[in-house]
Amino acid sequence: MFEVMKFEWAGRSGLIAFRSSQSFVCCLISALTKAGTTKTCQPIKIIMFALVANQKVVRDWPCFGVVLGGSFLPRGGYTVLLFKMQFMLLFSRQGKLRLQKWYVPLSDKEKKKITRELVQTVLARKPKMCSFLEWRDLKIVYKRYASLYFCCAIEDQDNELITLEIIHRYVELLDKYFGSVCELDIIFNFEKAYFILDEFLLGGEAQETSKKNVLKAIEQADLLQEKSHSA
Amino acid sequence: MPAVSKGDGMRGLAVFISDIRNCKSKEAEIKRINKELANIRSKFKGDKALDGYSKKKYVCKLLFIFLLGHDIDFGHMEAVNLLSSNKYTEKQIGYLFISVLVNSNSELIRLINNAIKNDLSSRNPTFMCLALHCIANVGSREMAEAFASEIPRILVAGDTMDSVKQSAALCLLRLYKTSPDLVLMGEWTSRVVHLLNDQHMGVVTAAISLITCLSQKNPDEFKTCVSLAVSRLSRIVSSASTDLQDYTYYFVPAPWLSCKLLRLLQCYPPPEDGAVKGRLVECLETILNKAQEPPKSKKVQHSNAKNAILFEAISLIIHYDSEPNLLVRACNQLGQFLQHRETNLRYLALESMCTLASSEFSHEAVKTHIETVINALKTERDVSVRQRAADLLYAMCDRSNAKQIVAEMLSYLETADYSIREEMVLKVAILAEKYAVDYSWYVDTILNLIRIAGDYVSEEVWYRVIQIVINRDDVQGYAAKTVFEALQAPACHENMVKVGGYILGEFGNLIAGDPRSSPLVQFNLLHSKFHLCSVPTRALLLSAYIKFINLFPETKATIQEVLRCDSQIRNSDVELQQRAVEYLKLSSIASTDVLATVLEEMPPFPERESSILAKLKKKKGPGAVSVTELDDGKREAGELNGGGDRGPDTASTPSPSADLLGIRSAAPVGAAQTNAVAVISHFHSYPFIPYLSCCLSASIPALFCGLSLHPCPVLWPPSSAPPSEDPAPPLSEADELLNKFVCKNNGVLFENQLLQIGIKSEYRQNLGRMYLFYGNKTSVQFASFTTTVSCPGELHKPVEPLVEGGAQIQQVLNIECITDFSDAPLLNIKFSRYGGALQNLTLKLPVTINKFFQPTEMSSSDFFQRWKQLSQPQQEAQKIFKANHSMDTEVLKAKLLGLGTALLDNIDPNPENYVCAGVIQTKSQQIGCLLRLEPNAQAQMYRLTLRCSKDTVSKRLCELLAQQF
Repeated sequence: MFEVMKFEWAGRSGLIAFRSSQSFVCCLISALTKAGTTKTCQPIKIIMFALVANQKVVRDWPCFGVVLGGSFLPRGGYTVLLFKMQFMLLFSRQGKLRLQKWYVPLSDKEKKKITRELVQTVLARKPKMCSFLEWRDLKIVYKRYASLYFCCAIEDQDNELITLEIIHRYVELLDKYFGSVCELDIIFNFEKAYFILDEFLLGGEAQETSKKNVLKAIEQADLLQEKSHSA
Repeated sequence: MPAVSKGDGMRGLAVFISDIRNCKSKEAEIKRINKELANIRSKFKGDKALDGYSKKKYVCKLLFIFLLGHDIDFGHMEAVNLLSSNKYTEKQIGYLFISVLVNSNSELIRLINNAIKNDLSSRNPTFMCLALHCIANVGSREMAEAFASEIPRILVAGDTMDSVKQSAALCLLRLYKTSPDLVLMGEWTSRVVHLLNDQHMGVVTAAISLITCLSQKNPDEFKTCVSLAVSRLSRIVSSASTDLQDYTYYFVPAPWLSCKLLRLLQCYPPPEDGAVKGRLVECLETILNKAQEPPKSKKVQHSNAKNAILFEAISLIIHYDSEPNLLVRACNQLGQFLQHRETNLRYLALESMCTLASSEFSHEAVKTHIETVINALKTERDVSVRQRAADLLYAMCDRSNAKQIVAEMLSYLETADYSIREEMVLKVAILAEKYAVDYSWYVDTILNLIRIAGDYVSEEVWYRVIQIVINRDDVQGYAAKTVFEALQAPACHENMVKVGGYILGEFGNLIAGDPRSSPLVQFNLLHSKFHLCSVPTRALLLSAYIKFINLFPETKATIQEVLRCDSQIRNSDVELQQRAVEYLKLSSIASTDVLATVLEEMPPFPERESSILAKLKKKKGPGAVSVTELDDGKREAGELNGGGDRGPDTASTPSPSADLLGIRSAAPVGAAQTNAVAVISHFHSYPFIPYLSCCLSASIPALFCGLSLHPCPVLWPPSSAPPSEDPAPPLSEADELLNKFVCKNNGVLFENQLLQIGIKSEYRQNLGRMYLFYGNKTSVQFASFTTTVSCPGELHKPVEPLVEGGAQIQQVLNIECITDFSDAPLLNIKFSRYGGALQNLTLKLPVTINKFFQPTEMSSSDFFQRWKQLSQPQQEAQKIFKANHSMDTEVLKAKLLGLGTALLDNIDPNPENYVCAGVIQTKSQQIGCLLRLEPNAQAQMYRLTLRCSKDTVSKRLCELLAQQF
């Protein structure tokens, strides 16, 4: 969903994260206008002029791009990077958020907005419906386990089924660790839920898919914990 | 497995969580939280130093409060302190807090980075992992700066533990995503690629994500990963389900790794090495074969994991798009899924088939599933699945099945969910246009579309049907008949009225022979809808009425009656009123010949990209477009519009509404002073005769504006390229002609025995618009008529290459004043008269710097204060000259006002003198100007003094004005 672009201009560098290439152009234009267009390098100029006409559309886009730094202009092209899994949310049937993990930089306000919207959308769906849905530019993969909804946002070209099984593996890990996990375990031991998730997924990518290995890592940490307690 | 002691001894935390859970209301919860926050704050601020345990507990509580959705603005320092604790559990909580609540406070980041650095060098794998997790979770630029060079070393070092390697790989990936410039792989590249061969499956799983990302950016450097990935994949695919022990997931060997390997291969074209390719094809075949085997487990996890690999393999097959055999097999496999009982599989099969439909090898195979897909559209209970089915129908549509698919989509529209109706409408409209073999079917389809889902039919759709009807004379009669019938429905959508009004106004005569649709019947039918319509539609209907008067003189009285009634001629809407008044007048004073010329049938529209296609592209974003474009490329022939202008470059075609913006931005910025006026033209031609054009050009374009404002300048046929001959030098009298227009905006610029050029112009601030009217005074056609505007060496634009005898064409120039200038732009006109020599003449366009004046009113004291401020010698220009024209006061005043300045009274002590003030607006600056004109009636002389904030302007204005009096 996010494209992060880094620009350097006149020795200053900046980072722009955008929802789409169109909002990119919109922001770029405003950045360029401020910076004075005379030094614009050719390719960007062309892109800009080709898309400037779409400005009206751009303005209507829900753009939550963050602009860091001063003025930006690309030197020798720009890089567009895509994050794989965008975020993971766990929430109850009542819509209470139990765990949130964000793999893209977003403001707190934006996170809250996304959460609110998504919880509403997912809770409104009927049981037999498909586990995937298109939401904004993303694909949402979700599954309900007892009273909890597990919900991941992935990129358009990502594999939905394997994401569904990522959710399942995480549930298995929690289940094994807590011994038949329930919502209360996650509420009272939220920090553990985060630790387990970090061992399993890092930066939105699977780090270790073996159940044994993940649990071994957590076990070791718990041993250290006990040692430090008895020490 | 250690028994989980709830809260790990943090009893206070457990109690707090219970308290929150027991709160009966939101208010009670907030109260409890505020109490706790106050408590923690006082603990942190208290004199007594907190021990590690308490700090951990309070930080954990803060974290909990934050995760409930409350803001936390303190505790960061305590969390950072925890990082350097040597107790694992305290460190862990510290890191968690930092990961969740990071804050770009640079002071803190330095401390955090320090703690991370210590842990990374601790050689304690658990601590190292914690630190790496934290970097990956935060992933800020500061962290990249601090650790981007360190982490690759950890990743490839021989003695690094596997678990640390895994964390390091993904941590590096995250940093690379944030700051690619800081992560330099160079020397590490080949060692990183060789992680694909690592013994430890977990390391491979983590490393492959990094490698995939890096190969997307630097495919050449990482090329060697292809053969490694293929052999790794082949080992996994051929392994028995128990070989990989814990990496087997519900009897499927290493599903995540397999998917990632297949994804990595999608970054590259098919392997060139025959052996590697053969091995890969074998793998893909095995995966397809396995899908046919009976499941090893009834669990959904088994089938999901297996199918995840299958779908990824199909993606790779589609990506290669070179193995017909595999493509067809993939299609058949997906075909089976279309009727699977799992909704998820049906959804994915529909989605995946969409891409298969665009491959020439599998398009036919996809088409065989049409009945199933139509059935899905009708019966699926989940809207997102139905949406996929609609997408697939769109993708599989071609000439052979278009009628069926369009019919099904239309019938689905009646019950379709509101969320997808607009897109469906666009798709139906596009398919109908693209695959229409007979135009009556096209017209029927679009009218049905309006009937069924009128609200969702955007302007582009109905513009398009009108464009096509106008361009195709074989369908005009049918269209008129059909809209006439459609309008007879008691309630019809406003869009139907628009189409009906337009088409009957143009082609109503084609059905007037039938007494059931006689002119009066047609008119009454249209007028019965009038009062229910919005203003723009009514405006359109009024224009249709005047067209009726021309088509059917017998309706004239009735229509004039309608136009004359108060609700029209005194309508509170200016546009409607103006049209009513003008049309009424036009119909009563113009002779039938004149009417016939003015209200002639609209000329065909230039062929161009379908406006609806452009809209769909915009709506769906670039991803969805590729499918359509592929379609276009492969099955180009037979488009209704016949236009081959639908190449990939049209993806960025400006939308009609944004057209002006696009043109404006193309103006040269910071151009030299001499070509400071950027003249941009937007051309429209209407076959009006000269004397009426002024009154009508305002309303007729308004009627058809939606249709004529499409991005057209670039799409004019190349045949109208100007003759190669150089433009003639400006006429000797060009300056004189120019001077006529210094103080006025409208008039005849040029006239000889062949051609008359009229000008109407208006200016506002630094922008101007100039209408040029080229009238052919002869009775024969002018051929290859071209005009070129240059401000020297600038843009040129083609005009309609033919000017009929006695006809007039209009050209519109948009002008923007970038900075001050002295040379007027040149207008070169070339044309040849039938049998005559090529005419080539160059005029100066009457664009002078004073056109951009904004009058400024000011008091006497202000005036003199400013006058004094502009006292540098070069700011003043003065000229004493003999009067060339009448020195009559009123004439002088009119001229000075025409100049664009404010004429100020009671300023000059001598009442005979004239004083003016104004500001010249250019894009780059504003130039203040003060003027004083002192007539001497006895000597028939003037003294003109100008003071401007810019010296060149004073000089230029002085030159211009000296000619005027």
